Amino acid sequence: MSEPTVTQDLIQHTEQPTEALAGVRSNRPRSLWRDTWDILKRRPIFWISLALLVMFLLMAAFPSLFTHKDPSYAQLAKGMDPPSSEAWFGYDLQGRDVFARTVYGARASIVVGVSATLLTVLLGGVTGVLAAYYSRWLDAIISRVGEMFLGVPYVLGGIIILGTIAPAQTSPNEVMIMAVVVLVLAVLGWPILMRIARSAVIQAKHQDYVQAARALGAGPIRIIFKHLLPNSLAPILVYSTITIGSYIGAEATLSLLGIGLRPPVISWGIAIADHTRYIRTGAHAMLFPALFLSLCVLTFVMLGEAVRDALDPKLR
Amino acid sequence: MVEVLSEPGSRGTTGGALLEVDNLHVEFRTRAGVAKAVNGVTYTVDAGETLAVLGESGSGKSVTAQTIMGILDMPPGKITGGEIRFRGSDLLKLPEDQRRKIRGEGISMVFQDALSALNPVFPVGWQIAEMFRMHRGASRSDAKKKAVELMDRVRIPGAKDRVNDFPHQFSGGMRQRIMIAMAIALDPEILIADEPTTALDVTVQAQIMGLLAELQRDSNMGLILITHDLGVVADVADKIAVMYGGRIVENAPVHDLYRNPAHPYSKGLLESIPRVDLKGQELYAIKGTPPNLLDMPTGCAFHPRCPYKRDNCVTDVPPLNTVSGTRGSACHYWREVIDDSAS
Repeated sequence: MSEPTVTQDLIQHTEQPTEALAGVRSNRPRSLWRDTWDILKRRPIFWISLALLVMFLLMAAFPSLFTHKDPSYAQLAKGMDPPSSEAWFGYDLQGRDVFARTVYGARASIVVGVSATLLTVLLGGVTGVLAAYYSRWLDAIISRVGEMFLGVPYVLGGIIILGTIAPAQTSPNEVMIMAVVVLVLAVLGWPILMRIARSAVIQAKHQDYVQAARALGAGPIRIIFKHLLPNSLAPILVYSTITIGSYIGAEATLSLLGIGLRPPVISWGIAIADHTRYIRTGAHAMLFPALFLSLCVLTFVMLGEAVRDALDPKLR
Repeated sequence: MVEVLSEPGSRGTTGGALLEVDNLHVEFRTRAGVAKAVNGVTYTVDAGETLAVLGESGSGKSVTAQTIMGILDMPPGKITGGEIRFRGSDLLKLPEDQRRKIRGEGISMVFQDALSALNPVFPVGWQIAEMFRMHRGASRSDAKKKAVELMDRVRIPGAKDRVNDFPHQFSGGMRQRIMIAMAIALDPEILIADEPTTALDVTVQAQIMGLLAELQRDSNMGLILITHDLGVVADVADKIAVMYGGRIVENAPVHDLYRNPAHPYSKGLLESIPRVDLKGQELYAIKGTPPNLLDMPTGCAFHPRCPYKRDNCVTDVPPLNTVSGTRGSACHYWREVIDDSAS
């Protein structure tokens, strides 16, 4: 939207150098997002986390770019062999290449983290906006229901729901089990996002421009989508970036407990869970997936913090 | 829109004025009690006419405007009586979707602080264009063209270059012009300006008032100018309604009121304007504080502060006495007041 204007302005300025007034003002419209971008691009932490993010995303989308080995190919004779030039991260208990499994594990972790976050944003965002906009009894109901969900401890809730839908002994297919884990994470996590969205919308709702929009004939839908949502996006965005990281960690926790993802899915959580017992004899089989997991969580958290700092006018 | 406004059987355009506020009562139900913000306000505005509604904070002038627009927060607000007739049909009885059509097209409003009344995340041109897309279903490019035209019309220099700028990139006066452009985009018949110049500095105030007056002349709108600044209204308004404690205490053609006010409160207001020829003297101030809406004085709400107070002021609410033709004063002793101010 802004690019054509920039060039237009430049042309006009070169054509009419006498027009002093137009020359003084900057010819680029400055919005909140552009300001944010200007701040972000000066932050090394943003570029570092962005680079890591790109790497993890590539790993999730095209694992074969990083390794040509088959993560499921097992050579039992090589079980728990330490890292070597042949296998950088060594072999796991079943004699599978740890590097290949770590690379392939990115997909499940990131897919679960991202889709659980999307679902959380959708659930929490919709309920939060509705609660804030219509307030009164709807707000009361949504808030109380949210509190009920928040009252359930995360791991306990996970154990109960997953233990019921997909008990540890069963082996549902890959997509199915991932969907269930996503659902559990979102169902237990939406109230936090609901509260963030609700408070942001309540804040925006009392702004004069919402009153003005009403006075000029805007209906509820237009007010929500054109005025309330765009002005409450910043906190929601920041929180969801951080959430992706914490959901990846949560997925690993559930997998560690044997109720989250499970084979045939390859994930960091499963790799950690499978090898915790062998930490003294062959730490590498657990260490490398754990390292990637931590790095990935850190990436999203750092990115979220960088965006939050850039969006927060008080820190400028 | 048109079919809404020309409802058969209503009082119609023959008798009443374009907009008639008739004995309006508005309350706020709060935890501390019931605050009676508007207690029987009546005024009319016709096409091409400017009504200045004058009063201090809490006198109910903005609440009346919000009620006309239908943007009063309910609850805590509650309309307890009266009618607001626009082209003869009572707005308070219309269903919400029909009222929404009137907002912007029939009656429009300019807010006090244009910075907070413009959405910070969208360019101003987009926001003006939105009016055409929302009400007229205009295409993106048509709407934008109209937005530039409107920005020209409210005299924003270099409108074409600035159409994609965001509200915070404009100065206070320019922002108020944009707000005005949005409000007049659809040629409303009535424009309510709620303290449009309060947030601006004095030179810009004059420009904005001039712009409003000019736009009104061009399109023959009815203009309701809400203000607490006597200086602002003198040149622009045709008539004045002075509000105190949620009531209209005096209404009069503007020059009559300035020449000799017929209510002690308007008289006090006029006397408290600093005057160059009285330099060095102590500035007159109306004694006391504005009434507490939760606990209104009995009788005339102004009696605790009134130099003309007698016993019956404490007990009897003064009706709006007819002074002459279109003039009215809600004071038992308006004759005395008017004689005093004439001398």
